[in-house]
Amino acid sequence: MELIQQLINGISLGSIYALIALGYTMVYGIVKLINFAHGDVFMVGAFVGFYSITILDLTFFPALLLTMAVTALFGVIIERIAYKPLRNATRIAALITAIGVSLLIEYGFIYFRGAQPEAYPADVLPTEKISILGVSINSQSIFILLTSVVLMIILQFVVHKTKIGKAMRAVSFDAEAARLMGINVNNTISATFAIGSALAGAAGVIFGIYYSKIEPLMGIIPGLKAFVAAVLGGIGIIPGAMVGGLLLGVVESLVSAAGYSLWRDAVAFIVLILILIFLPSGLFGKNRREKV
Amino acid sequence: MLKVEGIDVFYGNIQAIKGVTLEINEGEIVTLIGANGAGKSTLLKTISGLLKPKHGKILYEGKSIAGKAAQTIVKQGISHVPEGRRIFANMTVEENLELGAFLRKDKAGIKQDLDKVYELFPRLLERLKQQAGTLSGGEQQMLAMGRALMARPRLLLLDEPSMGLAPLLVKTIFRIIEEINQTGTTILLVEQNANLALSIADRAYVVETGRIVLSGDAEDLTASEQIKMAYLGGH
Repeated sequence: MELIQQLINGISLGSIYALIALGYTMVYGIVKLINFAHGDVFMVGAFVGFYSITILDLTFFPALLLTMAVTALFGVIIERIAYKPLRNATRIAALITAIGVSLLIEYGFIYFRGAQPEAYPADVLPTEKISILGVSINSQSIFILLTSVVLMIILQFVVHKTKIGKAMRAVSFDAEAARLMGINVNNTISATFAIGSALAGAAGVIFGIYYSKIEPLMGIIPGLKAFVAAVLGGIGIIPGAMVGGLLLGVVESLVSAAGYSLWRDAVAFIVLILILIFLPSGLFGKNRREKV
Repeated sequence: MLKVEGIDVFYGNIQAIKGVTLEINEGEIVTLIGANGAGKSTLLKTISGLLKPKHGKILYEGKSIAGKAAQTIVKQGISHVPEGRRIFANMTVEENLELGAFLRKDKAGIKQDLDKVYELFPRLLERLKQQAGTLSGGEQQMLAMGRALMARPRLLLLDEPSMGLAPLLVKTIFRIIEEINQTGTTILLVEQNANLALSIADRAYVVETGRIVLSGDAEDLTASEQIKMAYLGGH
């Protein structure tokens, strides 16, 4: 029974990683950039959610939606200001810029707001214990899991069924051919940043509700772990990010359950190292054939 | 219909196109022939807006399109089937065709054009739900052409449609190009197989190292000794 509870914890944590990993993987898929500022968008989301709940007095869903809208805009602003001018620069220049943007957001946030942490109110979501077949589950976990699953289903729908989703897939496969279809590549890239950042914002709110404590540097470790999750699933592949995130969450929870909770973070990076050695294109990655 | 006047195109410091002037009239098939690296593909990319000319004019139906965004040019009725097909291999055949009509909103018209494409390329209809990357080379060429037709172009730019295809398939593709032309689409064809290109073209331009060195009626050029020696394999 203990094991099942740990699995559920793992899946909840994993769904947060998955939501962040999706943004990493979508942005990488379309501009081949590891957006290291993505973890900080997650942090900003956690704070926007916190203020919408405590100051604006919003309930969970309106706060979630408002946060997603704000972080989407934030993501687009980052892309337009920091990355767009480097579209034709070397990849290392863009990568270094991403690290710079990350530090700027973290320390800019501390400069203007202060470094003190905040605690999410405990009553945002109902926290009843539900007992299913002898396993007691917190209703909060179920809410969080459902929210993540619904967001991922919506994402799949957007990517596969809508015009903007098809444009995103076309640009990520072959930007020049996409231009010949009449697709506006710049707008498509902005839309990708918007969607990825909205998901990271949602993950921030969920994280705040689940773990309660939020602070300006909270994005660093989950951001890195979500990056590991994206690589684990195969960077650039959307279902890969979902599965990679869930797997990583479960592995971490099981490691904690086995009594090695201090090793939790180390395990995530051991997974990264193993993946890079034995399966560099990830679980879902195919070795792409060279184009003739 | 299309007038290119004295354009220069550069890749960095290297000049790929040197003062090219050419003209395409409504309803024609015009072909650009020349060796590998002569600048034929660059010329097509400049017309479709993937590259910007440094100097010179490109007029399409009297309006300047030089340096305009590719999407604007597609919207005005010029579609480009690029060299190597460049289909979206990770999507289905159907999705590829839908992307061809990306800028259009007239649902009825799109449906009509889909039917036309299926009529021209029945093979595509059989493979609608298949991943485009799993198609054979010939089918991929058909898909690339069908996709371009979905934008309902008035001028179609075709870059090396015969590349890598078996001779029988090349014949089929060229018959279809003629068919597309007969339904009122003007065609600018880049082709290494000069014999074949001249056989269906009305007029031709010969491109050498970024310059037009010769132009004229396809028939006259086929008969010309100079062309025979250089491009048609001797005698």
